[in-house]
Amino acid sequence: MSTSFSLNGKPTTLDADPNMPLLWAVREVAGLTGTKFGCGMALCGACTVHMDGKAIRSCVTPLSAVAGRKITTIEGLAGKPAKAVQAAWVNLQVPQCGYCQSGQIMSATALLESNSAPTDADIDSAMSGNICRCATYSRIRAAIHAAADAIKV
Amino acid sequence: MTTKSQAISRSTRREFLKSAGTVGAVALTIGFEWGGATRRAFAAPVTPAGAGFAPNAFLRIGSDNSVTVIAKHLEMGQGAYTGIATVLAEELDADWARVRVESAPADAARYANLAFGKIQGTGGSSAMANSWMQLREAGGKARVMLLTAAAKQWKVPLGELTVEQGTVYHAASKRQAKFGALVAAAATLPVPEAVILKDPKDFKLIGHRAPRVDASAKSDGTAQFTLDVMLPGMLVALLKRPPLFGATVKSYDGAAAGAVPGVVKVVEVPRGVAVVAKSFWAAKQGRDALQIEWDDSKAEKRSSAAIMDEYRRLADQPALPARKEGDAAKAIQSAAQKVSASYEFPYLAHAPMEPLDAVVKLSANSCEIWAGDQFQTIDQANAARTAGLDPQQVSIHTLYAGGSFGRRANPGSDYIVEAVSIAKAFGADGTPIKLQWTREDDIHGGLYRPMYFHKLEAGLSAEGQITGWRHVIVGQSIVADTPFSGLIKDGIDGTSVEGAANIAYAIPNIAVDLATTKTGVPVLWWRVVGSSHTAFAVEAFMDEAAHAAGQDPFTFRRKLLDQHPRMKAVLELAADKAGWSTPLPPGKGRGIAVAEAFKSFVAQVAEVSVGKDGQIKVDRVVCAVDCGTPINPDIIAAQMEGGIGFGLGAVLYGAITLKDGRIEQDNFNGYRVLRMNEMPKVEVHIVPSTEPPTGVGEPGVAPLGPAVANAIFAATGKRIHVLPFTRV
Repeated sequence: MSTSFSLNGKPTTLDADPNMPLLWAVREVAGLTGTKFGCGMALCGACTVHMDGKAIRSCVTPLSAVAGRKITTIEGLAGKPAKAVQAAWVNLQVPQCGYCQSGQIMSATALLESNSAPTDADIDSAMSGNICRCATYSRIRAAIHAAADAIKV
Repeated sequence: MTTKSQAISRSTRREFLKSAGTVGAVALTIGFEWGGATRRAFAAPVTPAGAGFAPNAFLRIGSDNSVTVIAKHLEMGQGAYTGIATVLAEELDADWARVRVESAPADAARYANLAFGKIQGTGGSSAMANSWMQLREAGGKARVMLLTAAAKQWKVPLGELTVEQGTVYHAASKRQAKFGALVAAAATLPVPEAVILKDPKDFKLIGHRAPRVDASAKSDGTAQFTLDVMLPGMLVALLKRPPLFGATVKSYDGAAAGAVPGVVKVVEVPRGVAVVAKSFWAAKQGRDALQIEWDDSKAEKRSSAAIMDEYRRLADQPALPARKEGDAAKAIQSAAQKVSASYEFPYLAHAPMEPLDAVVKLSANSCEIWAGDQFQTIDQANAARTAGLDPQQVSIHTLYAGGSFGRRANPGSDYIVEAVSIAKAFGADGTPIKLQWTREDDIHGGLYRPMYFHKLEAGLSAEGQITGWRHVIVGQSIVADTPFSGLIKDGIDGTSVEGAANIAYAIPNIAVDLATTKTGVPVLWWRVVGSSHTAFAVEAFMDEAAHAAGQDPFTFRRKLLDQHPRMKAVLELAADKAGWSTPLPPGKGRGIAVAEAFKSFVAQVAEVSVGKDGQIKVDRVVCAVDCGTPINPDIIAAQMEGGIGFGLGAVLYGAITLKDGRIEQDNFNGYRVLRMNEMPKVEVHIVPSTEPPTGVGEPGVAPLGPAVANAIFAATGKRIHVLPFTRV
């Protein structure tokens, strides 16, 4: 069975079980390994990608559900908010082990795409689904504010 | 410029090799055994000709000016790669922008952790402490060789040369050369026997905020974890393990699993039944289809509540002394006032974000492993034993680890051994196989922080002085029945009592006893090890004692720390920065705690709000840390922030419980950890110091729990005696 969709802006057809979670299709079939496996139950956010610009958990999204949709992974991030987020992540030295950070960055970018000046409460509600066991949360928060400031100018 | 600051002991023997490479590059390796008289240098070629100048086991400089630091320690988030590179690059005067880090192969002869003896591995917050002199010396010697090469080329005295950011200068003749231009000549020179290291006042990287070497790759998805290893022809394996600890496979039917499209083979191994497939998804479906009958005749079938009941009883039985000074029982008996309390700690999972995984390529005479490997020498030996090979036939590629918190440093190398056993059962035909754990495998997988019961009693004089202190600890030993059992002295596992047996407070009569238990639940060190429970018991009880004495908990502690100036200093710094004596509104409270762990000192003041429903919110944590010479203040702050968040999640939510031997949690829903909305504001203050550097990865966890519990008391008057505590 094959499923066709847009992956990081390119028309893509993946030949895989339509029930296979998008996470594994992107990683093992498309070969894009930036998206991570953390829990398999949409509990940790490590697998966050964008579907039509919104953050989704790819570990519980079957491949069949993305037919005809636009999927963006960390490898395909582009645009002002995304670049501002990634620059802020480096400037504020957010990552420790780094494993969850692709997912954090995808959630943060989706937040800024829809809300260019998020409050702390907005950040809490957008980011609390993304677990970081290194607890880099303070820096994630600061980096989101810094990215928001950067895209204002 | 360098000035003499520290006498560096020299190698007693020097060798160097010149290799007649086609482009004239020479490769040279020097390793050292740390430890006085046995110290020696040896040489072996490690780099292919043309790869650059490799004056020792830790450094390679390319003709393109690149500086590659070879890291003997695992990067699992703690910043080891950056710290290691900082120390070496400092003495080399390298250009930080050109410094990159590569992981060392498994080779204890060159890459042992000097704090562990002859074992290569990372743990005990020792990476920087044991690398400090070794890597400064490695950088300094390479610098001398580059300078000597320039001096010879330019025919000028070496003393007239200076180095800055990877370029050698001769001011008088206005000549300069980048490292890359000097490597060919430097590689022909002998390695100096001794080197004078920099005076700390001349440090340009150490003590400054050198940016992390891994920040970019970890912000764009390119950092390579074991999960990301994709080799040609690689298969993915999932292993079905017994539902009870100690159970084994009685029989299984792999027919349905084998029929799942993509499944290649179903194999039985000592730890269970593995499904080897062409993809994770096929392996997962195959594993779900396995039919297994387990033999649980030797399994642990108790509930954790029953085990804790037994621990409570044991706390009243005679136990082994871990520390005895004076007569604590008598002092308490005759005291004007007595205080007593007990504290209960659950099993805890490490739950690193990257579920355990390892790739193994096994053939008749070699075993190649890719993993976020934390214990290379131990893992090499265990893999070799499993494969039926010699340890030298096992090679390890150490990748970034998606967290560990102790989990990957396990004496039995559980996940590595599983992966090797699967590759062996598969046929040892050179097919690369990735063993992938799921989150459920991780939560169910054992090797938890042990469950403990603590019982404390203190006697107070009429003036409120502690006259006697009695502390009984009941729980499993982490090192018993492992290659580290030598750490048990006179029946006392030091990891069970650290942070309790060595309390710094000046108390005339002290008795600390340990009752070591056995259960079928496998246990392991967990971030900050013993102090993950002892610091809570000691510091929460100190608070109870201070309250009984009618004294302020900060001044009560401070008075007892005159003999421990570094501990006292962090306590005072945290209190001062937190505004300890300023009042808080009703419903809020402030608590303080201090701990020494891995030779670092950390004090924290927590401010909490307690809602009408008893819900706890930690608003702010002020942290003071003395970790000797601060190598990278930003990474130290990050480790304190992370330790606080990690510790807070554990004390609020963390508990692995057993019901009739079965683990009751499966994933992050049942095993809750801290999330963004629960992270307090954190301020970190670092004590300036010129002492040798000590650990920062773990110590920040130790005082957090008791600081929060003490703050809850300040806010509500309620004491916490059972962990975790989401509400009061």
